[in-house]
Amino acid sequence: MPLVALDCRFETLPGPLPMQRATVTREQWRAAPAAVAEVGGRLVSLWGSDRRGLDGGFAVSAAYALAEGLAWLSLPIADAAQPSYPDIARAFPAAGRMQRACRDLLGLVAEDAVDQRPWLRHGAWPEDYFPLRREHGGLESFAATPESYPFVRVEGDGVHEIAVGPVHAGIIEPGHFRFAVVGERVLRLEQHLGYTHKGIEKLFESTAPLDGHRLAGRVSGDSTVAYAWAYCMALESIAACRISPRASWLRALLLERERVANHLGDLGALGNDAALGFGLAQFSRLKEDWLRLNRELFGHRFMMDRVVPGGVDVDLDAAGGEGIRRQCDAIEAEVRTLKEIYEGHGGLQDRFLTTGRVSPQLAGQLGLCGMAGRASGEASDLRMDFPWVPYDELQATMASHRNGDVAARVTVRFEEIFESLRLIREIVARLPQGTPLVALNPLPANGIGAGWIEGWRGDVLVTMELEAGAIRRCHCHDPSWQNWPLLEHAVMDNIVPDFPLINKSFNLSYSGQDL
Amino acid sequence: MWHILKQIVKNGLRTEPAPQGNDDWRVERAEPERIRAELLAILGRALTIRLVDAGSCNGCELELNALTNPYYNIEGLGIKFVASPRHADMLMVTGPVSRHMVVALQRTWQAMPAPKLVVAVGDCGCTGGLFGESYASCGKVANVIPVDVAIPGCPPPPLDLLRGILTAIRSRK
Repeated sequence: MPLVALDCRFETLPGPLPMQRATVTREQWRAAPAAVAEVGGRLVSLWGSDRRGLDGGFAVSAAYALAEGLAWLSLPIADAAQPSYPDIARAFPAAGRMQRACRDLLGLVAEDAVDQRPWLRHGAWPEDYFPLRREHGGLESFAATPESYPFVRVEGDGVHEIAVGPVHAGIIEPGHFRFAVVGERVLRLEQHLGYTHKGIEKLFESTAPLDGHRLAGRVSGDSTVAYAWAYCMALESIAACRISPRASWLRALLLERERVANHLGDLGALGNDAALGFGLAQFSRLKEDWLRLNRELFGHRFMMDRVVPGGVDVDLDAAGGEGIRRQCDAIEAEVRTLKEIYEGHGGLQDRFLTTGRVSPQLAGQLGLCGMAGRASGEASDLRMDFPWVPYDELQATMASHRNGDVAARVTVRFEEIFESLRLIREIVARLPQGTPLVALNPLPANGIGAGWIEGWRGDVLVTMELEAGAIRRCHCHDPSWQNWPLLEHAVMDNIVPDFPLINKSFNLSYSGQDL
Repeated sequence: MWHILKQIVKNGLRTEPAPQGNDDWRVERAEPERIRAELLAILGRALTIRLVDAGSCNGCELELNALTNPYYNIEGLGIKFVASPRHADMLMVTGPVSRHMVVALQRTWQAMPAPKLVVAVGDCGCTGGLFGESYASCGKVANVIPVDVAIPGCPPPPLDLLRGILTAIRSRK
């Protein structure tokens, strides 16, 4: 049982990964961060919910990753007039932006939090309108009252600011970056995100539980399989439904194909950002081959809406399996050639090495996670930490490095491609017989569930509460929440022209954190 | 250098014939030369496009990026994505327009020289998609700026994007 020190009663959430939930007191909530840090755990997510009319006022939840699994702590907040809860950002700085978002969406205040600025609300709705509260339908519209965001000013001789965004100079998502620089050197970067906030969490309240995987699959398009799987896992957890082994193996096949597609695309873009256009041409060709086979076998280039409640709505025959195996062999040979070229290219290595470094110490302190975390010594990957079906039989190997620079993130991506190609071949060779889709058990009227999946960027968490057969609250967490603040640190002391390179080496999701 | 040259020669040219921009979405192969000539006849120069993601899930961006890969080779057709709206003939917009992006989208549109072509990309850009209109979303792109062509799909595959771009150009004939 995790967090013995807290002495709270955990209930186990059914599901393929170990996940437990407990309702805690204010004292336990306050003590939890230290207890978690003590055993080397990390914060996964923080979110609020409106439980008025259910069992009191509001509630704030925190999900921690421990060696034993996921611990979801929920703190009821009785005072519905002025709801507040103890700040945890001092212990887990990653909580800071999540707490600010929680205030913007629900009006829950983190007591004594250092940063009380709004995060997701830019003035498109009034300060006293909290979209996730039950009394609001979410369809209200307001005259925008643009607010100027109080960026932290850096002053001194020769310091000037460069403001970038929200519209960026390329085919990229929108966000604002404020650089404080001296000459070419970046002293400080401050991000202002939230531009793509489109009310996803409110929308879940009016979405039928059996349709929600489509919305979850569009939280961040590049991670659609990971989100759809996490959503379905949460729903299946509530329904106490066990999907068929074949469904689990096929889901893993899609998830690994998503990982490879993203790594191929980013490795090409990283070459391009370091002035090796050759890399982009080669890798984008491989990615296109990869996506075309997705379309041929699964009917969609990014495999959107293929993971559904109860399993997957695609199947794989022998010919399809052979096609995948052949493609894996071909892509592996090409990627090995390109890896040699990247590693032997002096100009490229000069740009990659020591650029955008996040030390293991900083990564640990601030909670860097996922692929970027693994490049900075944070050895965590759900597929190895809590191997669920089929990873329990595949014995995936974790890529891990300690340098934490662009070069390390490039190396991790290369290694993860090779490992995913191996996993894909294994899955195809050992795919269990059976049906890929089972009918979901009837959903109980009320229930709580969670789904936790290692997407290509990091761990994606979906938590769900059903009430009277409808979604009362569905929270989607993207690993970009943890990693965006680390990007601010990674660019310090680098030169401005290296920012696109450093940014791409993380390739964080705007949409995934803006929701 | 030797390895790079070897890899380039080994793979050769992979660019495929581009589709026509017919309104009825018929798939016909057109010669790149003809597309270039048509662009030249209509615009008198290469086509430049500015993209604004007004709130997409980033799926459409993946496909727009794919347009620049060697198979579609959009730059070989004389079509180029540019960094400034002041250099752009066409504005492509993805996503439902989030309320936070309204001002940025309007300013980008205003900064473009006339005549401006606007192409809404994807189901969200066409109709608001799953996200619709809410406290946070203005829905389809046409709710915020005038749209010439809307390309459906979630996300639209690269060939559909290319067809949509060519359809928009022909609408200015």
